[in-house]
Formats: sequence, C-alpha cells, structure tokens
Amino acid sequence: MRYIEPHAHMVSRTTDDYIKMATAGCACVSEPAFWAGFDRSSVDGFHDYFCQLTDYEPKRAAKFGLAHYSWLCINPKESEDVELAKEVIGIIPKFIDRPNVLGIGEIGLNKNSRNELKVLEMHVDLAARTNELILVHTPHLEDKLKGTRLILDVLKADSRIKPERCIIDHVEEHTVQMVLDRGHWAGMTLYPESKCTGARAADILETYGHERLWMNSACDWGVSVPLAVPYAALEMRKRGWTAEKVDSVIYGNPIRFMSQSPKFKL
Amino acid sequence: MTRQQVLDLYFMENRAKLIDIAAFLDRVDRAEGEADFRLAGFKEAMKCLGDGAPQRAKNVLLSLSDPSIEPIDKAPGKGAVGAYLAK
Repeated sequence: MRYIEPHAHMVSRTTDDYIKMATAGCACVSEPAFWAGFDRSSVDGFHDYFCQLTDYEPKRAAKFGLAHYSWLCINPKESEDVELAKEVIGIIPKFIDRPNVLGIGEIGLNKNSRNELKVLEMHVDLAARTNELILVHTPHLEDKLKGTRLILDVLKADSRIKPERCIIDHVEEHTVQMVLDRGHWAGMTLYPESKCTGARAADILETYGHERLWMNSACDWGVSVPLAVPYAALEMRKRGWTAEKVDSVIYGNPIRFMSQSPKFKL
Repeated sequence: MTRQQVLDLYFMENRAKLIDIAAFLDRVDRAEGEADFRLAGFKEAMKCLGDGAPQRAKNVLLSLSDPSIEPIDKAPGKGAVGAYLAK
C-alpha cells in the first residue's frame, strides 16, 4: 500500500509517528498551518511557526523518507483579532515562494463570526493575488453546516477563485454534496470521536463518488490517529474495493489536487 | 456488498454501539441534577434513526446543527459542543 497524508499537523507529533507512517506506506505529508492550542501573542510567533513549517519540519520528515509540504495562514480559531490577522497575512508573502509551500490554508471559519469572515476574505484575496491553491477548514460539530455555507458563498463571490483549486476539508454527510456541487474538492477527516470514521468515509465515497475527494488524519495534539488513512484503506478493502481503486483515492487523488501547484513533485 | 455481507461485516460493531447508547441514556437518568440542551438535542436526533427515511447519518447531523444563516457578531469562545442551543 502507498498513500499520501494530505492534512497532518506533524509539528505536534513525535518522530515515532513519522516512522509508523513511513512504514505503512506514506510517501508524502502536507501540513496546513493551524492553531497551537493557545493564542500566539504576536506576529512574531507566526513568523517562527512559518519558519518551522517551511524549514525545520521538511528536514525532520526527510529523515524518514517523507516529502513534506505546507500551507500558510492564520487559523480561524485566531481570526477574531482582525488586526493581528492583518499582520500575519502581511508576512505570508515572505514565505510563499519557499519550495515546500503549496498554498494558503487551512483558512475558513470556526464559530462563524463576522471577524472570522473578514479574515477569510483577506486570505482568499491573498490566494487570488498570488495564484495559490486554497485549503479550507470547515467548523466543528454544530457549527459546520452554517460555516460551510458561508465559506462557499465567500469563495463564489470572488470571481478570481477557480473552484477546482480549492479543497474544502472536514466534510461530512450533511456538507459533502454542497461542496462538490460548487466544483470544489472535498476532504474527509478521520477522527475517533468527531468528523468521520473510516466506515463513514467509505460510505461517502460509495455514495457521492470518489473523483474529487481525499481522506486525511488531521493528526495533531488532540485525539487523533496518524495512521487513520491506511486504516480507512483497509476498511475499503474489506468491503471489496480493489487495490487499484483504493490507491486512486488515497494516493492518486491527493496528487491530482496538489499537482495543481508547480512546486508539488513526488 | 449484499445486505448479508454488510450485516456480517458491521452487525456486531453496531450492536455494541447501540448498547453503548442505551447505557449512556440509563447513566444520564441515574444521575442527579438538570440536563442541559444537549440531551434534548441527542434525543431529537435519535428520532432520525427510526423514521425509515434514507440518509439517516445526514439527518442526524442536520438535527444537531445550527440552522441559522447569518454570521454572529463575535465568537463566544473557540469550542463546539455537538448540539445546537436554539436562542
């Protein structure tokens, strides 16, 4: 088996996880910027984080034979402070040309507030001006339905945005269709307690097709499983999916989306 | 997969989950004090399981979701709780 982990927060994982992922067949990790579990106190904290994502972490991944790509932004959980967000978005262009940066992400909404929307629009504008791919985080639990609708409207309102260059992540049964209908890619996050299980992800693939869907573990410092993608692949095999078809979802699809960036090479 | 194959693959796992839900509700009943809106939301969502309609997973998620469409003025915090408290 070979696969790509298209959404993992490896800065909060141990080297043991890199070993396990590489052993399971992982060829590449893509790491969106996210919330650290606490609010950073200034733009300097983000500067250091972006250095970690674009310099240190690729070297750490390479020790285990894994290619490492990243996405930059201020996460929606820190978007209530619009002035800080402006400062952070202001330094992203200094990093955007680094060789492992694939785009802007994971941007989006958390609690669906007006300030979060403003910051989302600023990120979308930056992505449009720099012709970068977009990776979108949709809100958690009860906030997901509303947040997904608001996000889709922001993307639709900007005529410079090409839908096929945006992936809307963390979809579930109640949001996947609206994302695909808008022409975007959709990501399913495999978590033990929230978002999708492997079985439900396979259900979604069987129900909505697998042309523009990927799966990820979104492993971070919380309850998450770095090997969730290969576990889901086993689930699919148990249902009778061929090895080739599984490969097209867990390896081929991330390549098809991320190859829209000329920097992505495997 | 045939229905028989689905049952062979998933029946035991989901039998266990069903008993877990029953035990959870018993646990809530045995406990003291008032429940918050999450319990009512949970019980409302459970109705989607028995109504025979297709897309039960989608309907459970919709039942537990904020149905409003306007952004809120200010984020009250960062977390989500899994059910919606109608204002």
